[in-house]
Amino acid sequence: MIPPRRRLVAGGALAVLLAASSQAGSSAAGPSPNGSAPDFTRANLSGKPIHLGDYRGKVVLLNFWATWCAPCLAEIPTFVHWQEQYGASGLQVLGVSMDDDAKPVKRFLQKQALAYPVVMGDVPLGQLYGGVLGLPLTYLIDLQGQIVGRYQGETNLTAIESQIKALLPRRKN
Amino acid sequence: MQTRTTKVSLVLGFLCILVAAATPALAQTKPASSIPTADLIQPADLAAQLQKSPAPKPVILHVGFRKLYAQAHIPNSDYIGPGGDDDGLKSLRERAAKIPKDSAIVIYCGCCPWSRCPNIAAAYDQLRALGFTQVKVLYIADNFGSDWVDKGYPVLKGS
Repeated sequence: MIPPRRRLVAGGALAVLLAASSQAGSSAAGPSPNGSAPDFTRANLSGKPIHLGDYRGKVVLLNFWATWCAPCLAEIPTFVHWQEQYGASGLQVLGVSMDDDAKPVKRFLQKQALAYPVVMGDVPLGQLYGGVLGLPLTYLIDLQGQIVGRYQGETNLTAIESQIKALLPRRKN
Repeated sequence: MQTRTTKVSLVLGFLCILVAAATPALAQTKPASSIPTADLIQPADLAAQLQKSPAPKPVILHVGFRKLYAQAHIPNSDYIGPGGDDDGLKSLRERAAKIPKDSAIVIYCGCCPWSRCPNIAAAYDQLRALGFTQVKVLYIADNFGSDWVDKGYPVLKGS
C-alpha cells in the first residue's frame, strides 16, 4: 500500500514526465524515449576523455549545441545555473558542441567558463543519437541511463527543470 | 522567497551578459525574415518538384554547417559552407561563378529555427547581389530533421 502523500508525489512526477515528453515531440530520427541512452566517449576541449557511462547514477542533461546557434547560447546560462543548483543532488549537465571546428568553442569557453564538461561532437555521435539535424537538441537521461526526455529547438526550460527535479534522487533526512 | 527569486534572476542575468559578450558576432546576423516571402519555397513543394521526372531540377546548395550536412542532406545538393561567415560566402561565390545567372537555384540550411538561422539571409543576399534572378530559399521552420527528414522526403548521408 503506497502512502497517499507518496502516491501524490509519484503521480505528480509521472504527470510532469508525460507532459514534458509530449511537449518535446517525437522524431523518427532520435532514440526512442525510455530507451537506453547510447553510450559514448569523446574528448573535452583539453583532450580529457569524457565517458557518458561514467555518469550512470546521475540525472544527465545531454545538450547538443554550437557557438553559431543563438537559441543554444540563450539556454546555456540556465544550464550553468542548474548544474550549480542541482549538481550536489545528482544532476550532471554535459555539453556536446556540434561546431565544425574546435577553435570557436575554445574561444567561447575562454570567455565563458561553464560549470560542466563540454566535448566536441562529430558525425558518428550525431548519428548515434539518430541524427543531430538541428539545434538546440537536449536529452534528459535518468539515473538508470534511460532517455526520458527529448527537447528540440527553443523549448520550455521550466518544464525541463520540473522534470529534472522529479528525477533527482530524494535526499535522506 | 522573493529574495531568493531575485538572487536567481540576478545570477541568470549576469550569466546571460557573459554569454552575450562571448558571442558578439551573432548579434549582427541578418534575420531570415528579411527574405521576401515570394522567394521562399516550402519543403513539400520542393520535394514534389524533385520527384517529378523529367522536369528540370534546380541547383540546390546547402549553406549551413558540415556536420549537419554530413548526417543528412537533400540528394544532389552541394555543400557550400555557412553563409554566415566569410569563408562560406567565398565558397558560395566560387560555386556561383559556374552557374548561369538565370538558373533556378534553391538554397537551404535548417541548422536552427527559421528566425534564428545565421546563414540563410546572408547567402540569399550574396546570390542576389551576384545577379541571380531565380533564387529560392527553402523555408525550414524548425530544423532540417523535423521539417524534411521526419516528413519522409529524400535524404542522403555523407560528405
